[in-house]
Amino acid sequence: MTRVHDMGGRYGDGTITPEPEDGVFHTDWHARALAVTLAAGSLGKWNIDVSRHARECLAPTDYARFSYYEKWISGLANLLVETGVLTREELAGQGDPAPSPLADKKMTADQVAGVLAKGGPADRPSNTAPQFEVGDVVVTRKIAANRLVDGGHTRLPVYAAGARGRVLRLHGTHVLPDSSAHRLGDAAEPLYAVVFPASELWSHPEHPRDDVVLDLWQSYLEPEA
Amino acid sequence: MDKVTALLQSRAMPHDHSHDDPHALLPSDPALRVKALETLLTRKGLIDPAALDEIIDTYENRIGPRNGARVVARAWLDPAFRAALLEDATAVVSDLGFYGRQGEHMVAVENTEAQHNMVVCTLCSCYPWPLLGIPPGWYKSDAYRARVVREPRKVLADFGVTLPSETAVRVWDSTAEVRYLVIPQRPAGTDGLDEEALMALISRDSMIGTALASAP
Repeated sequence: MTRVHDMGGRYGDGTITPEPEDGVFHTDWHARALAVTLAAGSLGKWNIDVSRHARECLAPTDYARFSYYEKWISGLANLLVETGVLTREELAGQGDPAPSPLADKKMTADQVAGVLAKGGPADRPSNTAPQFEVGDVVVTRKIAANRLVDGGHTRLPVYAAGARGRVLRLHGTHVLPDSSAHRLGDAAEPLYAVVFPASELWSHPEHPRDDVVLDLWQSYLEPEA
Repeated sequence: MDKVTALLQSRAMPHDHSHDDPHALLPSDPALRVKALETLLTRKGLIDPAALDEIIDTYENRIGPRNGARVVARAWLDPAFRAALLEDATAVVSDLGFYGRQGEHMVAVENTEAQHNMVVCTLCSCYPWPLLGIPPGWYKSDAYRARVVREPRKVLADFGVTLPSETAVRVWDSTAEVRYLVIPQRPAGTDGLDEEALMALISRDSMIGTALASAP
């Protein structure tokens, strides 16, 4: 039903180690991993939801033992083969790599600033009208799973499934990751910030007035029964 | 055998639990794994190493938490700016030139005596890059992602922060493409300080919510 990345609320992870603000990358290969991933993304063979799903689909044992940027580079390698950009043989270092028909899409150094500044907004026009207003009480789907694809990508965490919350704001209409991650179209729909009392999510909340806000698509939500 | 072939052939045995995954064809050492992929993509004409250098330089030297600190300092100084930021952060930070990748839809949330805000992405590592740069290691760690939604006050204790018992904690889990910036409370004793002086009090962590703004 769920995948290893969906860890909100999990027990047993231990203390967090703060770190100073300088030193963006701990080692050179972290920086290269980030840059290779961004540069490969600009080839246009996948969107952000496809790339997130590729990382989430790493075997749970790999996901747990890999450091952050190892997940990135491993998800990227899988994606490059899945999309036919690279062959398994090329990845394995067998023979000379063939020139790619995508080479004309290569991001050059002088294009970097423009690409990063342009970003990739996720809001889209939608024919789905907002069903909820700010202040409405809503209940999240009981099962935090993709309805379109078994084992597919979704952005409803398990810890917030079947929970009762209140609409805090409407963000407009955004690409639905559950569809986009599987190349089934943008399927944009209303996106809301929904606030849940901590007591709705946890058996032993730390404080009676604490709460958690999640951004949730309309199809993740149902009206209060 | 050239250098690249040697590099690619230096890979360890594939892992038995995921031996079909293409990534297992790469060297197991992470630095070699990245180098092998970069080299292969470069040889296929898909990646320009100079572009990678440019991306890295951007996030090491040009886009980072000083952008966010400028926004917060200005919000502390200018009530009209603060009101506009809380109303439409994307428009306001765009005017300052802080729009871009991983900051396309911005929301600013303000700490008060009554409520302290913290930001996380439990599902991956979503973070407002144009304002805060690349997230620190702890933000991407399993421990932070797993714990902060359930026990934010214990997480704050790891950062040496204790909140008054009357302050509620609101944790924002960045599950969509909306990115959140925390506006920390302005410390006492900062009347008369200008934007640059205030910025020195505003740490990266205070804009994620795991720290408070520093006293002058």
